[in-house]
Amino acid sequence: MIALPSSPAAAPRRQIFVGTALACAAAVSLFGGMLAMWLRMRDAGIKADGRWVPDGVAVPMVPANIMLLALIPIGVFAQWAVYAAKRDDKQHTAVALALVGVLGLMLINAQAYIYSQMKLPASGGTYHSMFYTLTGVLVAATIAGVVFSAVTAFRYLGGRTTDREVVSAHAMYWYALSVAYALLWFVVYVTK
Amino acid sequence: MSTIDTHASSAQVQPGAGLACIAEWIGTTDHKRLGRMYLGASALTLIGSAVAAVLLGVERVSPTKEWLDVGSLTQLFALERFGFTYLVLLPLLVGAAIAIVPLQVGARALALPRLAAAGFWMWLLGAGLAVFSLANNGGPGGGNGRFVDLFILSTVLVLVGLLASVGAVATTILTTRAPGMNLRRVPYFTWSVLVASLCLLIALPVLTGDLLYLFVAHRYPSLSELASNQAISSWAGFGFTQPTTIILALPVLGFLADTAATASGERLRPRGPIFLCIALGGVAVFGSVLHTSPGLDAGIFHGEVGELIRQLIPFGIVQGLPLLGIFSVFAFSAQHLGSRPKVQTPVTYGLLAAVLLLGGATANLVAHIGDAELGGTTFEEGTWLSIVFAGVLAAMGAVTYWGPKWWGRSLPVKPALGLALLAFLGAQLATVPLLIAGFADQLGGVFPAIEAGNQASAVNFSYSGPMELWNALSAAGLVLVLLAVLAFVALSLRSFLKGDAAGDDPWNGQTLEWATTSPAPANNFAAVHIVKSAEPLLDLKPSTRSDA
Repeated sequence: MIALPSSPAAAPRRQIFVGTALACAAAVSLFGGMLAMWLRMRDAGIKADGRWVPDGVAVPMVPANIMLLALIPIGVFAQWAVYAAKRDDKQHTAVALALVGVLGLMLINAQAYIYSQMKLPASGGTYHSMFYTLTGVLVAATIAGVVFSAVTAFRYLGGRTTDREVVSAHAMYWYALSVAYALLWFVVYVTK
Repeated sequence: MSTIDTHASSAQVQPGAGLACIAEWIGTTDHKRLGRMYLGASALTLIGSAVAAVLLGVERVSPTKEWLDVGSLTQLFALERFGFTYLVLLPLLVGAAIAIVPLQVGARALALPRLAAAGFWMWLLGAGLAVFSLANNGGPGGGNGRFVDLFILSTVLVLVGLLASVGAVATTILTTRAPGMNLRRVPYFTWSVLVASLCLLIALPVLTGDLLYLFVAHRYPSLSELASNQAISSWAGFGFTQPTTIILALPVLGFLADTAATASGERLRPRGPIFLCIALGGVAVFGSVLHTSPGLDAGIFHGEVGELIRQLIPFGIVQGLPLLGIFSVFAFSAQHLGSRPKVQTPVTYGLLAAVLLLGGATANLVAHIGDAELGGTTFEEGTWLSIVFAGVLAAMGAVTYWGPKWWGRSLPVKPALGLALLAFLGAQLATVPLLIAGFADQLGGVFPAIEAGNQASAVNFSYSGPMELWNALSAAGLVLVLLAVLAFVALSLRSFLKGDAAGDDPWNGQTLEWATTSPAPANNFAAVHIVKSAEPLLDLKPSTRSDA
């Protein structure tokens, strides 16, 4: 065995943060690709039938707008958690993470409300299946975000208060999700 | 925060522990085991996919005799295409990367090891379900709707699993390098894995999104065009052909550069341009993300100059730059070896794999020139096979080269060298006739017949005259590849069980993996090494040339 100069074990670099950043890049690519296909099919639908949203389908804008607005406090609270964690403020970190989780649940609830209001059969046609797929993937990502908030909070409350990197990674995840939803909101709910 | 698992139980198990040993393997987070599990499972899928390719090759030899049931052709085509791409090419290289990259960067373990392990099991489950659905008339063009759904969903599972593993490898490279090892000092193989990983993290989610659309449309059928079987090939087909496959095969370049440096015993220079050229290969990702493979329209050279330039730019970027990168890495390595030729088995694998990759990338460029009129012919299949076999050869070379670090024993050099030549001969024999037949307008694939409203049948293999010769040669080449792979698996198993004990540095290597024992211990290195150059081991060895 060759003897190279050695050193004490290096301080581990930010694995969770880097891993989450890569996951966010992949998620942005996923949503970007799906939105691009949505726009492509929308364009084809308009050229063929003169419309994309089927007749009789009303898209409820109020819950969609509320979801968008809810992303602002989510970003603020996620950053509040980072701020508090850096100052070893356990109480504020836990409250901020809990608020992010609760707002995440609200997003899921609002999306479910949209589904119930639209009464769109999944087998109705291209718009129907694509709508459920695109928004469904966002719901899945939101559920993952809520789980991430819960895990981060439990780790922190469990005493791993030096793991500030996880709190930063958690905030980054919600920022990426916010960008994805903002794009989806504009393409699916506003542009229709 | 560190996510490295340092539990001793994840690395070493006493022999003969029976069920405990199996449980250790199932629950392992040791990167060397995970990598070997990927390689072992991929070897099995390689054999299965190669058998499917041989059956199809034999089928197309004769224009009149149909050996196979007409209804099974579509599934065999799907098995061949899906199997070779996502159950063989990518997992083989991911497995090699997981097994060796932490050693190369001087890390004591893989970053996010549980994620990588979860990725492997997801991939394996998805692979099993995909094969099961194909066997039950599923897959693209399948007649059983439920199994078509299952095939799409299992493909998503395969992709998510691979993405998880690829993400863990990229995180390892970015966060766990030894002190002093900046990104310019990482080994060539590690660099190529990083480039490929980042490209895949962008490209594969796009494919996943398309498959999710298709799954929902199939699961809840309507008059939507998404619900048709053709939609699978038209929406998700870009993930199974060029230029996406070029990204999957990028680690071939890193393997060549690393083994060329080792074989020569000197530093491979210039590092910066070689890194750049490997990264150029990653430009192919634009083709994947945009769902398009830009080409030049027929007659464009006789048309307006403005239109020619408008088409040349995307064509040059997506098809030309990767070819330039592959060619340059090959040229740098060959020139380096030419200055001091020394035949070593791993570099032979690396060179032969790079020749296949270069051939595939060149053919891909030609295929996208409209005036060549190669669209829809066997030319595309030959191109794709060439790139897949490049990855297979590189993976065989990786086992030969790094096997000592994984299980402490060497593969016999001469048989391994012979198998490299046999596999290369078979690969060339399998692909070149398809390229030639493509120039003679032989239709490729089974899908054109479906799109024309016919039943899938061997009608796509129709040809006249000398075509029969090309098809027979291609089938013979596939048989040779299958034999070479079977023999190599047997040779590896023999080496694993009772091969000669390998030294710590059997190839006179230059990078960190050779600074530890063979096999590498649980935490890879007894001490954390400080790196002061890109070839830390070469710094300690006597110079063999005045300019070394």
